Amino acid sequence: MALSIVHRATGLALYFGTLLLAWWLIAAASGPSAYANVQAFTGSAIGKLIVFGYTWALMHHLCSGIRHFVWDLGYGFKANEREALTWGALVAGIALTVLVWIIAYAVGGGR
Amino acid sequence: MSGPSSMRTPLERVRGLGSAHTGTGDFWRQRLTAVAMTLLIVPVIVVVITLIGRNHAGAAQILGSIPIAIILLLFIIASTWHMKIGMQVVIEDYIHNEKLKIASVMANNFFCVAVALASIYAILKLSSGV
Repeated sequence: MALSIVHRATGLALYFGTLLLAWWLIAAASGPSAYANVQAFTGSAIGKLIVFGYTWALMHHLCSGIRHFVWDLGYGFKANEREALTWGALVAGIALTVLVWIIAYAVGGGR
Repeated sequence: MSGPSSMRTPLERVRGLGSAHTGTGDFWRQRLTAVAMTLLIVPVIVVVITLIGRNHAGAAQILGSIPIAIILLLFIIASTWHMKIGMQVVIEDYIHNEKLKIASVMANNFFCVAVALASIYAILKLSSGV
């Protein structure tokens, strides 16, 4: 498995994705019309795709990062343990992304 | 540099802190900010989901409330700091031209500080209600 590069790639995606978070906060501080622009973007098809991708990058980077914590603490270096941690991070990242979006749709009605 | 004939003591060599002269500082801060974000991620996601579908007035009121503003401020500080360190590692791994590397590291610092300050300013403005 070569997931270390995915950890790095999702980190890079989140780096630039932070602009979206900053834009959202600045718009909220600016006023109703600026905030409506953000909502129009995040409500559009491309906007939803970007926010979904951002959610997955965040959840994957989180789970993959927890895998690094395990290694930092000195555990999980056997071949089968490395494989299990890597697959676990991949599956958990996808599962958490889907879970967050299900909750988001249940709460916000998909807006 | 510090072979068998060196006059430098082991302590003095340690104080050099390696080729970057910062020792393990960035390694430690990358883990520190990662643990902070791991703890903060659930409340941050709850805040974001709560705001879905709300209009500006509702969102501004929630974002400006004291506990939520503090959670977001902590998350922004941890994430922008983590971003700065992570991107610097990537730059140092892949960019070998010295001038381009220094320019990239500078741009990285500018970007992360700008994102951090813009976001912090926005939250403080929402908190002060003006």
